[in-house]
Amino acid sequence: MFLDPDLLMSALRALTPILLAALGGALCERAGVFNIGLEGMMLMGCFTSVATSWFTGSPWLGVLAAALAAAAYSLILAVGAVTLRGDAVVLGIAMNLLAVGLTSFLLRTVFGVQGTFDDPSLAGLPLIGGFTPLAYLSWAAVAVAALLLSRHVWGLRLRGVGEAPDAAATLGVRPASYQYGVILLSGVLCGLAGAQLALGNVTLFTENMTAGRGWIAVVAVMLGRAAPLGVLLAALLFGLAEAAGFRLQGLGLPQQATDAAPYVVTLGALFLTTARRRRRPRTRSSGARS
Amino acid sequence: MTPPRAEPELAVELRGITKRFPGTLANDAVDLTVRRGEIHALMGENGAGKSTLMSVLYGMERPDAGTVRIDGRETRFTSPGDAMAAGLGMVHQSFKLFDSLTVAENVVYAAEPRRFGLVDRAAARDRVRALAEEHGLAVDPDARVGDLPVGLRQRVEILKLLHRGARTLVLDEPTAVLTPAEADALFSVLKSLTAQGRTVILVTHKLREVLEGSDRVTVLRDGRVVARLVTADTTADEIAAAMTGRAVRLDRIHAPGTPGDAVLDVTGFGTDSVHDVDLTVHAGEIVGIAGVAGNGQSELIEALAGLRPVTAGRVTLAGDDITHASATERRARGLAYVPEDRHAVGTAPAATVADNLAMGHHRTSLSSRGLLPPAAVRAHARRLVERFGIKAATTEVPASALSGGNLQKLLIGRELAHDAPLLLVEQPTRGVDIGAIQNIHDQLIAYRDAGHAVLLVSAELSEIRGLADRVLVMYEGRIAASYPKGEADERTLGLAMAGAPVPAAKATEAVD
Repeated sequence: MFLDPDLLMSALRALTPILLAALGGALCERAGVFNIGLEGMMLMGCFTSVATSWFTGSPWLGVLAAALAAAAYSLILAVGAVTLRGDAVVLGIAMNLLAVGLTSFLLRTVFGVQGTFDDPSLAGLPLIGGFTPLAYLSWAAVAVAALLLSRHVWGLRLRGVGEAPDAAATLGVRPASYQYGVILLSGVLCGLAGAQLALGNVTLFTENMTAGRGWIAVVAVMLGRAAPLGVLLAALLFGLAEAAGFRLQGLGLPQQATDAAPYVVTLGALFLTTARRRRRPRTRSSGARS
Repeated sequence: MTPPRAEPELAVELRGITKRFPGTLANDAVDLTVRRGEIHALMGENGAGKSTLMSVLYGMERPDAGTVRIDGRETRFTSPGDAMAAGLGMVHQSFKLFDSLTVAENVVYAAEPRRFGLVDRAAARDRVRALAEEHGLAVDPDARVGDLPVGLRQRVEILKLLHRGARTLVLDEPTAVLTPAEADALFSVLKSLTAQGRTVILVTHKLREVLEGSDRVTVLRDGRVVARLVTADTTADEIAAAMTGRAVRLDRIHAPGTPGDAVLDVTGFGTDSVHDVDLTVHAGEIVGIAGVAGNGQSELIEALAGLRPVTAGRVTLAGDDITHASATERRARGLAYVPEDRHAVGTAPAATVADNLAMGHHRTSLSSRGLLPPAAVRAHARRLVERFGIKAATTEVPASALSGGNLQKLLIGRELAHDAPLLLVEQPTRGVDIGAIQNIHDQLIAYRDAGHAVLLVSAELSEIRGLADRVLVMYEGRIAASYPKGEADERTLGLAMAGAPVPAAKATEAVD
């Protein structure tokens, strides 16, 4: 009675933003860039989509603007980590913190409100068969990413770049251009994730509304071993946890406890993957990742 | 213009290459001419300028002066890709492979056969099979490169170049990681490549293979060409003298020691990858363990040093049971250890020379009421630097600033200074210059002659034969053969290392 079609539907709706962001993170991971700025890029996408949809009246322009804005924002990571060889973890954290402050500031200056911007005339994304077009896009993106990585020339080169950038360079492949490519692509995907969250799951903007979904996407990347199908399964797990949280709330559990469900699942997943990695014998270090 | 002389065609012609780095002149007007279809050895000690010259040839460094001609055409490569396009390929000493990708993916990477934008995997496999067949480089195209032994990885590197149509192949220290049999196989492949008109440049400091495998030799010292030799007309001593600038005696067989009481006694010993090992090392004796890397030597030594759990058997050090003692306890009871990996295990590269020399001695001679008086640390460092001839600007520079040979002298000197009854030493001269090799060998012999026991693991058969009073061969985690000094030539040892059955009498007679 607990696992029924309704629960699955709401799980599938909940997973879309995580899945889109995690796919971007997975591509970065494959190219040797540890991208933990997903949360911040997603939040930029949330705000941009709402603001654009509000001023133009078109949620589609909102989606487009979100993708562009988050991609532009991802340049911080691309320039910082690839060109200037900074620490991707530090950059990612900075991006996440900056995004919270920047979107809150813009909320006040652009809309003149604090906390939440919410208006009945704000246009959200239409639903087709219960899902936004972005949800269908995210599923297609899994298939495309899986095919690109495993079979396409670009995917082969990307995997090589991630594993041994020196080796790729000696064969005339420039690791930096692949890394720029996937970071920008992860920006686009996170922008779409943000638009889905702010114009699909709900139709409003709230300060820090991503609420850790970008971090959960980072965990989904690790749990899914940076493979598109693995990431899909991991995202589904988190979607189920979030949907189950709502369900439990209906059963009278306090909201604070049920809201914690996805994060508890995340912690559990992290434990399991780290334990598994520890048990494997030490292998030679590969690549420049720390 | 003088009329063209009837000279053999040149595959590679470097003229007047000069390359200056801050503080050093790495290449000083170097000329290198390599004829089409020959195996040309480029020799020299570490720091002689071989790597710089090859980097210039390959487009990774821009020379300050000089010209590079490939197949008669002057070139200015700006990237390795340009060199590849001109038919020049390099196998680097540390392989540039993707461990998680398959052999076929590695070979075709960045030059993939395609169908509709996708990698044509069937065509890639066929291509690998065809090249492998043609050149005697058999390897499974679907194997994951990370699962392959080094000998096969090297084949993948060569296949990679052949797939790209390389006419000239540069191999940097190609046999450093190979068994004698694998090295022989490599040379027959190289010979068949040159028979087809391809050219091979061999960058190496190993004399034996240069003498057996090359046609001509160019020797560099201090950035200059000091000798151009035709292999057939030269000797190992002549090349060594050119490399070092002085006469060196190579392949010396040191006089045997005079064994005393047993110091290390190992019976029925086992770890996860070592089984049933019995061995004894006496005072005043060097016992050498030969074997192809990965047959349990490292695990055996690490377990004896206390870095790996022992699962079976008993180990005694001077009569005390140390089977399950910690590394610290073992050292306290008289064990010193020179690990195989001097960068990651043996030293702390970022720490100063003085601090590195103090490590281990911090518990004993240098400690004063729990503190390390800086003056004592410095004095200790100066003593060892002098005693072992370690070349360092000062004792306060980081260990990473030392050359490989000097870092190894530092490591060995530090361990010898413990004066421990037992020394475990792995690969004491890997990647070390001839001059330093001699010094290190002399130190080990002197240590033995002072009445200490030494257990030596080395991949260099000449080293084992020269130093060891007894030679054990490890194969698949077991002692496969044992020979007294002078009873095994390289061929016999090579066969035992490859797992060939050893005549029973020979195998047992020396086990005591």
